[in-house]
Amino acid sequence: MRIIVVGCGKIGISILSSLVGEGNDVVAIDAAPKVIEEISNIYDVMCVCGSGTDCETLAEAGADKAELFVAVTGSDEFNMLSCFLAARMGAKHTIARIRNPEYNDKSLGFLRQHLGLTVSINPEWMAAKELYDILKIPAAASIETFSRGNIEMVGLVLKEDSPLNGISLIELRKQYKANFLICAVQRDAKVYIPDGNFVLQAGDKIGFTAPPNEIPKLLKMLGLAKKSARNVMLLGASRISYYLAKRLIAGGNTVKIIDKDIERCREFSEQLPEAVIICGDGAEQELLLEEGIDSMDAFIALTGMDELNILISKFAQTQNVPKVVAKVNRNELGDMAQKLGLDSIVSPKKIVSNVLARYARALENSVGSNIETLYKLMDGSVEALEFNVNADFKGANIPLRDLSLKPNTLIAGIIRGRKANIPSGNDVIMPGDRVVVIVSGQKFLDLSDILV
Amino acid sequence: MNRKFVFYLFGRIGQTVGALLLLPMFVALIYGESIPFVSFLGTSLGAIGLGAIITRLCKTSNNVIYAKEGFAIVALAWLGTSAFGALPFWISGEIPSYIDAFFETVSGFTTTGASILTNVEALSKSMLFWRSFTHWIGGMGVLVFVMAIASNITDRSIHIMRAEMPGHVVGKLVPRAKDTAKILYLIYIVMTVAEIILLIAVGMPVFDSILHGFGTAGTGGFGIKADSIGGYSSYCQIVIAVFMLLFGVNFNIYYLLIIGKLRTLFKSTELWAYLGIAAASVAVIANNIYSIYENAADSLRHSLFQVSSIMTTTGFSTADFDLWPGLSKGILIVLMCIGACSGSTAGGIKISRIVILFKLIAREIKRLIHPRSVSSVKFEDKPLDDQTLNSVATYIAIYLFCLVTVFLIVCREPFGFETNFSAVIATFNNIGPGFGRVGATGSFAAYSDLSKLVFSGAMLLGRLEIFPLIIALSPSTWKKTR
Repeated sequence: MRIIVVGCGKIGISILSSLVGEGNDVVAIDAAPKVIEEISNIYDVMCVCGSGTDCETLAEAGADKAELFVAVTGSDEFNMLSCFLAARMGAKHTIARIRNPEYNDKSLGFLRQHLGLTVSINPEWMAAKELYDILKIPAAASIETFSRGNIEMVGLVLKEDSPLNGISLIELRKQYKANFLICAVQRDAKVYIPDGNFVLQAGDKIGFTAPPNEIPKLLKMLGLAKKSARNVMLLGASRISYYLAKRLIAGGNTVKIIDKDIERCREFSEQLPEAVIICGDGAEQELLLEEGIDSMDAFIALTGMDELNILISKFAQTQNVPKVVAKVNRNELGDMAQKLGLDSIVSPKKIVSNVLARYARALENSVGSNIETLYKLMDGSVEALEFNVNADFKGANIPLRDLSLKPNTLIAGIIRGRKANIPSGNDVIMPGDRVVVIVSGQKFLDLSDILV
Repeated sequence: MNRKFVFYLFGRIGQTVGALLLLPMFVALIYGESIPFVSFLGTSLGAIGLGAIITRLCKTSNNVIYAKEGFAIVALAWLGTSAFGALPFWISGEIPSYIDAFFETVSGFTTTGASILTNVEALSKSMLFWRSFTHWIGGMGVLVFVMAIASNITDRSIHIMRAEMPGHVVGKLVPRAKDTAKILYLIYIVMTVAEIILLIAVGMPVFDSILHGFGTAGTGGFGIKADSIGGYSSYCQIVIAVFMLLFGVNFNIYYLLIIGKLRTLFKSTELWAYLGIAAASVAVIANNIYSIYENAADSLRHSLFQVSSIMTTTGFSTADFDLWPGLSKGILIVLMCIGACSGSTAGGIKISRIVILFKLIAREIKRLIHPRSVSSVKFEDKPLDDQTLNSVATYIAIYLFCLVTVFLIVCREPFGFETNFSAVIATFNNIGPGFGRVGATGSFAAYSDLSKLVFSGAMLLGRLEIFPLIIALSPSTWKKTR
């Protein structure tokens, strides 16, 4: 599939690399020759040096034949114009990054319609949404929602004192008679799709699926329940802080935002009158203590500097803040932060590239395969695929325990009508269902492919 | 330095060359030539076996490479394929000295067409086939061929392509390097086949047509007759002359033509400069040699053929241009250095560099007149950054430096200035024949072994555009620590 990416900043490159990895033909456009040269050295893409709003450049990149056109430069207006031109030239789907809150209110629908935009993405808004989900269930390191919100996958890191350590999955099922399923386990750098004999260890990052309304109950049974965050401290008055604070305040939480820049603080105080805005250097521990970091339910570091976010988050952990999240944009720093014990990391860049990879895969799959949607979990090493079950599916009406699946494959959910089931061995798949399959390291195009 | 991967790819190239050697083996089978058959089979098995061992030993999951690995792979591959490709000539005894065989093979792969053979027609058919086939492979490049057929070797194969493809800048036609390699080879194959069919249609024997097709496509120039193309009908000569010119055009232009972007074609500075220089040279030489042939059609035909042969660095000939007047010879030697378009199969400095150089000179003169003037150099409607300009200027400098060095080593040979100098120009620019004793009817046989090796090096330098070989030969490239 031919995809054009305009703007090769951090997000652009992240999108580019995940799309190339998926096997697409990618064309990168950027006005800076240095950036273009760097990209042509590292990724197998075609590079066009020029402006994304220049019709000639777009024609050279083949915008008329592009299936997907993504504009992610730093300027919203530039992205909109670029997408508008590409759509008029014949690009089938266009995606623009639109970050400014002014555009992201009621006017967005109007803009989208008249600019011919298929989708607009707002990485900061997406990150804020993910953060909000995490704060809802502070015990989880990450939460990923899929199948139209019917199933959530909760990521947990097993601590030294976790009751789950040393238990095999069969015993676990017997002990806790709950509707959940452990789908993936990340141990060191490897990811396993566990079977019943798999024994959990301290330090494992597990991902389990359950219907959303049962997750709090489940966490309580596992002894992991923490009350959801009511008092939240945000470091850095960035766009993510704005979106997150807005959501949190709407949900009845109290929010404290710290930023060095007095101008930003003034703006925030106008836009978010309910929040407490503190102007000061968040790197000063004295200030954080003065503002009562030790009594907060959650602390989220959202400054523009990854390193600062990681260090201050570590400090917050020492002050016994129950939930600490750091925004880390660079992948390698994210891995290091996890090794340091920060299990909740949010990266807008990664969120966006996942969303786009998902979108591209869905476009590609709209012809010739049965995949409804696709999600990348656990840093992309595991995929959750959602299939429609056709009448000719050979495994229909057979109890799951009798189905022989390919290795590293797991059926994580069966959605029948509006109800999502986390299946056990006795359940059956029926035509008309939707089935969520977790796979690692394989590509499936049809539900029948999962059978041996 | 990712040495393992470099050697792994080297092994893969060994296997590919082994497989390609099977083609002349079949030719030997068809013509019932037993000794060549055995030598091709042996070399082929040897190359495949050695390649398999190297790939097995150097298998690595780390396929991340940078520019220097690209240069190293290309240099190694070219040296290795030449060393292996020379074996059949030597084993079969048709070229008794290995150094001669090596020279002949390097001359083949680098699409030079300079020969040490004094009597070409004495070679067996399969050897003639292999000799011309090396032109065809070398024209577009061994590694580009491997990239086109192998499954995705590395995401960064652009480094390899840049190192192997001639021209000041190598761009991809389509997003994936592998697909680009495929498209290039497809255009290459279609054009070659078209030429072969046309040659057969105008009455050249099938075997000769195929071999001349290979020689033209790679802009190589190994003839299979003592008088090169001179003995064939004038129709054959015109077909070859036109196709030589076509293979000297940047292949990107053909791609643009195929996808229907005609306007870019007409706007291409390089293409027009190329055709303009060619047309002017044809006119001047035709006028100059009119006194010899006393016939406008003949002098025009000979002039066209020689100009297109020399400018595209092919080296076929229809007339002994050594006997032409000084003006014609002078123009030809200048054309040798200029060469054809970048991104084609031709050698030389390349039109694009020449055009850029002239613009650079114009800018410098303007700057001397108006010291505060600001101006940018544009090529193909795009401004060039200082780094590109710098690299073009540096390339010309290093080109002259290498040329002088080779000349100094060779000039002790007792053949006089004209022969020695033209021999250096003809090998370094991948033309083939020069003037004097290495002219259209002569050969390089009389040179000493040392000079032959130096010429082989010059041909490789010329084909790979100097830098890959220098980088591969500098010890710091191979240090374990970066």
